[in-house]
Amino acid sequence: MFGLFRRKKSKDHLKERLKLVLSYDRAKLSPGKMEQLKNDLLEVITRYFPMDGRDTDVRLEQHGDRMVLIANLPMRQEA
Amino acid sequence: MDAKAIVVTSGKGGVGKTTTTANVGAALAQLGEKVAVVDTDVGLRNLDVVMGLEGRVVFDLIDVFEGKCRLRQALIRDKRVENLHLLAASQTRDKSALSQARMQETVTALLEEEGFDRVLIDSPAGIEMGFQTAASAAQGALVVVNPEVSSVRDADRIIGLLEAREIREVRLIINRLRPEMVKRGDMLEVDDVLEILGVKLIGIVPEDEKILVSTNLGNPIAISDPSRNGAGLAFRHIAQRLRGEEVPQISYEPPGGLFSSLRRLFGGS
Repeated sequence: MFGLFRRKKSKDHLKERLKLVLSYDRAKLSPGKMEQLKNDLLEVITRYFPMDGRDTDVRLEQHGDRMVLIANLPMRQEA
Repeated sequence: MDAKAIVVTSGKGGVGKTTTTANVGAALAQLGEKVAVVDTDVGLRNLDVVMGLEGRVVFDLIDVFEGKCRLRQALIRDKRVENLHLLAASQTRDKSALSQARMQETVTALLEEEGFDRVLIDSPAGIEMGFQTAASAAQGALVVVNPEVSSVRDADRIIGLLEAREIREVRLIINRLRPEMVKRGDMLEVDDVLEILGVKLIGIVPEDEKILVSTNLGNPIAISDPSRNGAGLAFRHIAQRLRGEEVPQISYEPPGGLFSSLRRLFGGS
């Protein structure tokens, strides 16, 4: 219960880092490639929708034994 | 585990493959199985010294592969435990002398001609030919992992390669757990490692100074010191689970806490 008020534990940092790096390892993808994919995705989608371009997030997530590509691409709010 | 030939592997070096092979092998033999432990780390052999049998190596695995001796001549019988035998790796050769076909033939001969119940294959570190040869003769695997970043990453890679080889019975040993660091939040918990790697656990082995002492003496701790809360008993329990016995996992609480004293008082483990 005292843990609530403590700094984030070092093992929690490690767990997050491991989950991320293993998702790239398992997909045989480098983080740099992921950045390219993000840019390409944005470029394609911008042809159809007005995109914000900020706060974009593209990443791989392990869902059970499946790898899922999560893309969060905010659209520009039209006034 | 149903597998009779089991590879002990980890990807990363120095996490405890050889210690695990020696101790689980010795414990299995003590439980009545006829066991052969096979060192495939050609050029960097160590299973012989960990088991205290280095003075008796005459022929080795590569001699068997090359027909320089019969398989039985290369088997070193451990005099302390009945039914425990070592097949040493060659120290003067390198991994290019290995052959997956010869390895498979040798393991088959151990099981079918020499009457062994179980063959534990100590794999070299890495994911190259040494590991591939060791895994080629196995139907099951014990993956040894330490709760730290590089070991977990390498274990994940190895688990992928074992799956690619269609080795279905893969079990995890979390080795060198330090309960006081886990309690502080500075070491991954067992559940964290299992969540990340997604394989079944067969046992947790706590960090234990007595491992070093027992290897200094060439005396596997599973035989020499199976005391409670130590690594020796943990290895013995792994051997029992490997044989299908249900042995509750000891929960390693750091000493001194009120909670752990209470649990002990009420007979909890």
